[in-house]
Amino acid sequence: MTRAVPLWLYSLSSLVLFFGVWQGVTVLGLVSPFVLPSPVTVAERAIAMMQRPFAGALLWEHAFSSFLRFLGGFGLAAAIGVPLGLMMGRFRLLDEMVTPVFEAYRYVAPLAWVPFAALWFGTGVGGAIMVIFTGAFAPCLINAYRGARLVDKHLIEAAQTHGASEFRIATEVLLPGALPSIVAGLRVSAGLGWQSLIGAELIVVSSGIGYVMIQGQSNLSPQTVITAMLVIGLIGLLIDVGLRGVETAVRRKWEGQ
Amino acid sequence: MSEIVIDKVSKIFGDGGAKPFVAIDGVDLRVEDREFISVVGPSGCGKTTLMRMVAGLETVSRGEIRVAGKPVTGPGPDRAVVFQQFALFPWKTVRENIVFGMRSRGASREERDEAVTYYLRLMKMEGTADKYPHQLSGGMQQRVAIARSYATDPGVLLMDEPFGALDAQTRTIMQEELVRVSKGNPRTVMFITHSVEEAVYLADRVVVMGRNPGHIREVIDVASTRQAERWSEEPIDDVMEKPSFTHLRGQVWRLLREQMGADV
Repeated sequence: MTRAVPLWLYSLSSLVLFFGVWQGVTVLGLVSPFVLPSPVTVAERAIAMMQRPFAGALLWEHAFSSFLRFLGGFGLAAAIGVPLGLMMGRFRLLDEMVTPVFEAYRYVAPLAWVPFAALWFGTGVGGAIMVIFTGAFAPCLINAYRGARLVDKHLIEAAQTHGASEFRIATEVLLPGALPSIVAGLRVSAGLGWQSLIGAELIVVSSGIGYVMIQGQSNLSPQTVITAMLVIGLIGLLIDVGLRGVETAVRRKWEGQ
Repeated sequence: MSEIVIDKVSKIFGDGGAKPFVAIDGVDLRVEDREFISVVGPSGCGKTTLMRMVAGLETVSRGEIRVAGKPVTGPGPDRAVVFQQFALFPWKTVRENIVFGMRSRGASREERDEAVTYYLRLMKMEGTADKYPHQLSGGMQQRVAIARSYATDPGVLLMDEPFGALDAQTRTIMQEELVRVSKGNPRTVMFITHSVEEAVYLADRVVVMGRNPGHIREVIDVASTRQAERWSEEPIDDVMEKPSFTHLRGQVWRLLREQMGADV
């Protein structure tokens, strides 16, 4: 069946409506441009920031340095959270040992770590990575753990009775068995990590998109702040689209089996 | 020499707890090297638990199990298990599944390739090496699982109702195939089943178990009859119509009946 109206038209219409209303209220003078600048002002500001450095760098350079920090923290969270989660799913004792600490940590908002990030790392890159890590770690661990627990027990027993070491069980049975769950976790984790990054950059670093926002705020330039917000949203969307692609690919391959 | 010695073995679940459950009580059994035994019994008699203890997948509560003279303390590639659910790694190809156990003992690339070719031919599955398990029928999948266990080259093969999930025709074919394969590659085999025909057709001896708690009721010799009547040279349907076969089958049946009489 073909639809009379393609689905993307609905998405487009909501965007048009959003920017239309925004432009409308600003053009009609319902709000002061110092409170809410118009989309056109924001677009002009964005173009200007791509051409001339602001707060020490061009817009894409800020975005890129934010993204690198994100990769650092997110990568670290996945590199520790996924193996630890798999092992907790496999070994009851480890599960019992780690769970109380993990449960306590997981309800502390990533931003609550910012004072410590500042104290331990100053304005260096370490502080931002640490804050992203605290935001991204939990879903990595939880989904790897759940995925490992749901792996068919017979597969683990088959591996054991065919001489597999614990390392082979982890890499050849638990990891592929838990992969769909792990990838779903990475998606959630990336979103949370990216959000925490901006929080961290508001405070602990002197470059990046979060830093641009703070500078925009102190320069009384709301259009700069909004430009930064749009860039955050756009990059977040791109990260999610990328990981969704991975998730779909994994799911397709796994569910076919 | 891979004989299995089950020495006064008991299995008590929740041992030391408020409500311990005795699943198996004082079982003594010796399976000779390269002997094929099948174990039958009503459900709840602990036949699978017994096999899992030999595999090292369950602990022994009392007594000891020795394989090739060494006490069993955990699972190992000297006791490969074929599961009813096949338990093939779905993300691995047929080839990768077959060589899984061989890699544990560091078999060379040539050795592995040779084994894949050999077992695929033996199982009449040429051309499937690069397929994934889900692309195969149940019977084919179980052939791969059996090949995986043989290729691991264990002294002891443990089979837990391996044909239980297959349809009747496939099951008959697989029984015949297993006789053929095990003739060319003799191993000590412990075969758990709930089918009396299957037990008698495949085994040198049939172990009949009883329940409440699980124990060995009787051990029936089949090997002498099989050799005298040359069963392995005839198709399975012909064997199953022989008076010698029906006689043994009846004997096993009666033993099982007696146990179930009270409940059924």
